[in-house]
This record gives sequence, structure tokens and C-alpha cells, in this order.
Amino acid sequence: MTALTIAVPRGALMRETLDLLDKLGLDTAEVRSNDRKLLFADVGVVTMRPSDVPTYVEAGAADVGITGKDVLTEQAERHVYELLDLGYGSCRMVLATVDGPDPSAEALRRLGVMRVATKYHKTAAAYFERTGRQAEIVEVKGSVELAPLTGLVEAIVDLTATGTTLRENNLVIREELFTSTARLIANPVSHKLKAAAIDAMLEKLRAP
Amino acid sequence: MIHRIPSGTRDVLPDELRELRAITEAVRGVFDRDGYGEVWTPALEYEAVLARGGGMPPAYRVFDDHGEVLALRTDMTVPIARLVATRFRTAEPPLRLCYFAHAYRGVRPHRGQMREFLQAGIELVGAPAPDGTAEALTVLCHALDATGLRAYRIGLGDASLYPRLLRSLNVGDEDRERLLAALAARDFVALESELHGLELAYEDAALLLRVPQVRGGREVLDGPEGPVAEAVAGLRRVHDLLAPEVADRVIFDLGLVRDLGYYTGAVFEVYDPALGEPIGGGGRYDELLGRFGRPLPAVGFALGIDRLHIALAGEERER
Repeated sequence: MTALTIAVPRGALMRETLDLLDKLGLDTAEVRSNDRKLLFADVGVVTMRPSDVPTYVEAGAADVGITGKDVLTEQAERHVYELLDLGYGSCRMVLATVDGPDPSAEALRRLGVMRVATKYHKTAAAYFERTGRQAEIVEVKGSVELAPLTGLVEAIVDLTATGTTLRENNLVIREELFTSTARLIANPVSHKLKAAAIDAMLEKLRAP
Repeated sequence: MIHRIPSGTRDVLPDELRELRAITEAVRGVFDRDGYGEVWTPALEYEAVLARGGGMPPAYRVFDDHGEVLALRTDMTVPIARLVATRFRTAEPPLRLCYFAHAYRGVRPHRGQMREFLQAGIELVGAPAPDGTAEALTVLCHALDATGLRAYRIGLGDASLYPRLLRSLNVGDEDRERLLAALAARDFVALESELHGLELAYEDAALLLRVPQVRGGREVLDGPEGPVAEAVAGLRRVHDLLAPEVADRVIFDLGLVRDLGYYTGAVFEVYDPALGEPIGGGGRYDELLGRFGRPLPAVGFALGIDRLHIALAGEERER
């Protein structure tokens, strides 16, 4: 079997991803124990933030990778194959505002445009375009929840797993854009030249 | 003072150009030897002419002094179809033409895919499948061999396979579009969930999910039955005509889709382990010439010279 280089996301998806790699027969002990190291050449694993996974896989620096559907939706222009829904890492992309009367609806009605803070500006822009509403997307890097509380915006588009952070900030979910789970992606050239290895991996992952 | 150049364009300096020139000269030698005459066409065409060809929509448009819309070509296949239908209106087919020319697309620029990029390719007009296809694949391999590329493979599929399969299973037009869109996006997760949403027999849905993921050696052509068998038989006929050194380069890929709309039959792409994206590709476009008034079957391919250069440099590093 041709060895594959696998891009593994750090953060929320990492533990379950490594459990999955164990199931494939990879020895992930070193990856688990060494928090600083990024490249594990012996097992063919590279670790990175989830939003970098499509970049490495598209360029062929990794043959396959695991990342969230939220990342793939935001980076829809990447030329990668989406092979499998891995099921874990479930969370929702939502539109949320402060509790009480919906300030975004009022802004739309009276001012014609709502202001929306998000880290996912392409996802948000596409969503408002699709639903026929005018929105000004305000891209923020840090805690999105702060933006509606300070009056910067009327609404946010953000990812939530349990909704706890939203609730703690007195925000309520108004709409759900989509549900996101972890996905297995592949480089288009590796998908052809390493077909046997990738198919063997898929078969093991599909097995109950 | 810095004078900027447009996004997605670049200057090429002598050291690099010397290497690029070596590649294009090697390729030109093969095209010339195999009887392909080189042509130039204008970089600017009337937008309506390009639209008639149905290729990639142009990214750059200008008005001329009569208010007509001109556009920079997005490939050479459509301009050459126009050229054949107008300049070779009565010439006896087959016609063998080649080009070394820049095309322009509104892509996200990165190394290997700029918005202005140089392509080398052939168009073989009036040569139907399977012989024409086999000839194009042979010229392709000889051209790549001449540049010194070693580890490349040719993925070979059929653009008509999946649409035909959908038709034979009586999938409705709207559902068809959604399934083809998922396949074009190379999103098998979306394909699977779309298939689950349709009222199809379990075996049919499984077939529609499995077929586009089938790729490998000649053995993959033995399995399929029914509607798939027909397209697969076409691929087998092409493969039978190839000399061993060309046939050995081929990987069959029943899910191969190209981003251009005019392909009607066999399609192929060039892969090299040293590059994360295809170096080039092509296929049969048996209906394109007819849109310009000279219905002739045709096949062709284009190689991205920058990508070929990067792959050659990559292979050299690994040696």
C-alpha cells in the first residue's frame, strides 16, 4: 500500500480524528503526546489548523485530509475531492441575534441593510444573496459574540456546537444555515495516482 | 516607483524563459514530426463567437470602436473550431493543427495557473473515435516523453458515461442537473445524499455512487454491465489501439469530468506525482465543429506549459 500523507486538524476535531487513524492501523501515540511537533513523517501525519487543511490538500502537500464542512463551504473554490462524511464534529452554522425583538429584521425593514459579523464572510454573503436579503458583512477575527452586544452589528453568522456561548451572551438562534460534520478530502492527483491506497482507506472508514 | 502588472499576469525573465523554450521546442518537434501544422489565432475574438463554442466564459471583455464586445479567449479549442469552419471549409479531413498560445481565465492565480497562461496543444479534426482518440493520446505521450517527464500517467474516462447512465435509469432532468453538479464539484458526499433523496432502487443508487469512483487498470473495464458497458467498450477500443508504451501510461477513471462543456466522449487528463493538479488534458468534442457550420468529429488536448515546467523541476529534485 502506497503510504499516504494525511492532514490532521488540530483543535476540536483532533481527538476523534486520531481515534479514526488508530482504527486504520496507524500509530498515533506520538501525535497525541507531542503537542508542539507538527510533522510526523513516520506515520505520514501533518497537523495544522482546520482551515489550512484544504490548502495543503489542494496543493498536494498532503494526499488526504480531514476538516469540517464549515471550512469546505467557506473555501468552496478549492479543487479537492470530498470523499466521505465522517459523522463526528457535528455543529451548526447559525444566524443569531440578541434575545427579544429581532433587531436584524428591524434593520432590514427600516434601513434596507442589516450588518452581520462573522468569520465566515463568503458563507454568510452567499447565504444572504440566496435568501434575497441585503447584508453588510463585517469580518471579525476574534469573539464574534461581542459584535451584536456592542451595537457593531445586528446579527452574527457563526458556528455553534452546543449553543452555550451564544446563551451566555444573551444571543438566540434565528436561522440555521447548515449542519457541519468532519469530512475526508483528497487531492485530485493523489485520488488518481494513489487510488488503491485511498480506496482501501475509504473501505476501512465505511466499515461499521 | 513601482509600476504594477495586473493580478494573475507575470513577467518571464531569461533564465526561466530558456527552460520554457526548451520544453516548447521539444513538444513542437513532436507535433511537427506527427504532421500537426502550427496556427495562430487572434487573442481577442468576438464574444458571440466564443459563446457559440460553449467553452469557459471569458473573464476579460472590451468594446471595440464599433461598440461590439470582444473577449480574450479562454482556450484555443473554440478559436480553432472557428478557424477550421471558416478557413478550411472544403479541405479534406482529417486536419492536424497545433498551437502554442496564451489563454486567459478569471481564476484565483497561483503558481501553475495564472490568469494569462501558455498552452501547447493539438486539434485533430475529422478523425472519429476510436482511432482519432488513440492518435491524440499517442501524440500526447510522445510530447511528454520528449520533454523528459518520467512519472506521468494519463487518466482516461468518458464524458458521456454518467449522463448516459442517468438517462438509462430514468432520472429526471432537475435531479440530473443536481447530480451532475455534485460530480462536477467532485463532492461525493453531496452525490450520496442527493442519491438518497431520489426514488431509485437501492442497486441503481449504489451504481450511481460507485461508478464515478471507479479508477484503476484495465481490469476496471471488465466489470460494468448495462448502460455503463457501452461507454466502457469505447474506452476498451481506444486502449486496444495504443502501443504498449502509451497503453502502460493509462489509468481508467470512470468519474473523470472536465471543466469545459463541449466534450462529448473520451476525456483525459495528465497527472504527475510532482504536481498536485493536472498538467493538461483534453478529449473528444464531436459536436463543436458543427456549431460553426462544419460538422466533423474532433479530438484534442492542451498542456499547461507552466505546470509541465513545475513538474519537470519537481521530478528533477526528487532524483
